[in-house]
Amino acid sequence: MEMRQDRTFKIMLWLGGISFFLLLLLIFILLFKESLYSINAFGIKFITGKVWDPVNEKFGLFPFFVGTILTSFISLFISLPFSLSLALLLSVYYKEGFINKVLSTTTELLAGIPSVIYGFWGLFFLVPLIRKVEIKLRIPPYGVGILTASLILAIMIIPYISSISKEVIKMVPQDLIEAGLSLGSTTWEVVKKVILPYCRSGIFAGILLGFGRAFGETMAVTMVIGNSNFVPENIFSPANTMASVIANEFTEATKDIHLSALIQIGLWLFVLSVIVNLIGSFIVKRYKIR
Amino acid sequence: MENTILKIVNLSAGFGKNWVLKNINLEIEKNKVIAIMGPSGCGKSTLIRCINRMHEITSGAILEGRIYLDGKDIFLMPPVAVRRKIGMVFQRPNPFPTMSIYDNVIAGYILNGIKLKREERDRIVEETLKKAYLWEEVKDVLYKRGVFLSGGQQQRLCIARALAMDPEILLLDEPTSSLDPKATSMIEELIIKLKKTVTVVLVTHNRAQAARVSDYTAFLYLGEIIEFDKTSRMFTAPKDKRTEEYLTGKFG
Repeated sequence: MEMRQDRTFKIMLWLGGISFFLLLLLIFILLFKESLYSINAFGIKFITGKVWDPVNEKFGLFPFFVGTILTSFISLFISLPFSLSLALLLSVYYKEGFINKVLSTTTELLAGIPSVIYGFWGLFFLVPLIRKVEIKLRIPPYGVGILTASLILAIMIIPYISSISKEVIKMVPQDLIEAGLSLGSTTWEVVKKVILPYCRSGIFAGILLGFGRAFGETMAVTMVIGNSNFVPENIFSPANTMASVIANEFTEATKDIHLSALIQIGLWLFVLSVIVNLIGSFIVKRYKIR
Repeated sequence: MENTILKIVNLSAGFGKNWVLKNINLEIEKNKVIAIMGPSGCGKSTLIRCINRMHEITSGAILEGRIYLDGKDIFLMPPVAVRRKIGMVFQRPNPFPTMSIYDNVIAGYILNGIKLKREERDRIVEETLKKAYLWEEVKDVLYKRGVFLSGGQQQRLCIARALAMDPEILLLDEPTSSLDPKATSMIEELIIKLKKTVTVVLVTHNRAQAARVSDYTAFLYLGEIIEFDKTSRMFTAPKDKRTEEYLTGKFG
């Protein structure tokens, strides 16, 4: 009886595992099939093309690729110091107590806010703010653009990077921290020379997760990036990311070729996120201690 | 006492509302090995963690009393300064896993941001590893990571790491409790040789070890020092009945 139960259980686990794999495969196949029309029509020019003009049926995803890369990296760059400080604060300096509770609850809540709310906040708070900065700098005061989107994204990914980094830092053996302190080091020196080197692969995994999130985030970005289909000239330029152009134009895509072009962008977004994740897990494995 | 390096006066310490140590008074003589012996849970580790102010880093730690190093109150010195003068080796060997053997020896300098010239670093590493009787075994693998060594070698590396900072006192918190007999006897030999340059305070629950390596022994029981005397005298003629019972294996 017990053996039979065990077998049923095993089969269920297998089903779960296989169905996820199949799902991934099915998504890929569907994207590929729906993209075929535009792949056949434009070939490699779809990737290198700098013009996206649905009216004249010219489709090139390069402007959106640039938009995605720029917003992801800038947001990562902005959020990193905040995420790491938060992680260290909660895992080394205030491991328990009131401050810890307040800060960790706040970050958790931050992670749970729907992205459309972030978009609203960006529109009503960040956009006017950036507009003022732009007026000061004597550049066209759009308010919306790469920088605004990056700021929103930075805030959105802080909870991801900080919570993973926090968990990783907590796993540093107390032994090692005490060994560092017993040599007459300050806590900061122990953080710098013992804790961070020990955790680098784990923290990298957190950064990667944040990057993946920034990479694919759609709603909030669509609301504040300005939805311009040109290659951005600077970080204040209105632009579009691969995800935001799909969200923005999907409902208006009446022509088959337009729809297929948007789906092909989706296909590349899918492929890129798989690559990012593979590179990430490779690096994490390589730099793991022992 | 002449040559007193460390004086503990009316020290009580514990966690939360629970006093683990009660009114400890102890004078430690320079260049001797002092064993703090007692059954588990008697407060041995807490006592030596007070001496280098590591007790305070635990949340909820409470402490009363005074400890003087060379006549100076350590609680009036910055903890960082105290810990540079009083080195510590822990129960389980804990070399820094991200550092090479070489870097582990000079880890104190690396961590404290003290810049050393190449020759000076090389000299410190070689001298300290020789002091810790590890040089011959590791001189060809200095740039390998320390975690690849055996347990006993790792522990001697940790002793070297503490010695490299040239401390006045070396605290050893049951340094052999996770080692095999052969590695244990090597560490014990090392401890005896170390007292030429440094005062050693050794925590142990192993009576034989206290007898083998120490000049003085303090018997700690339920947070109090029951007896403190020359090791030879305590092991042959204990004054307190509880000491006698402990030494003859009636408890602990």
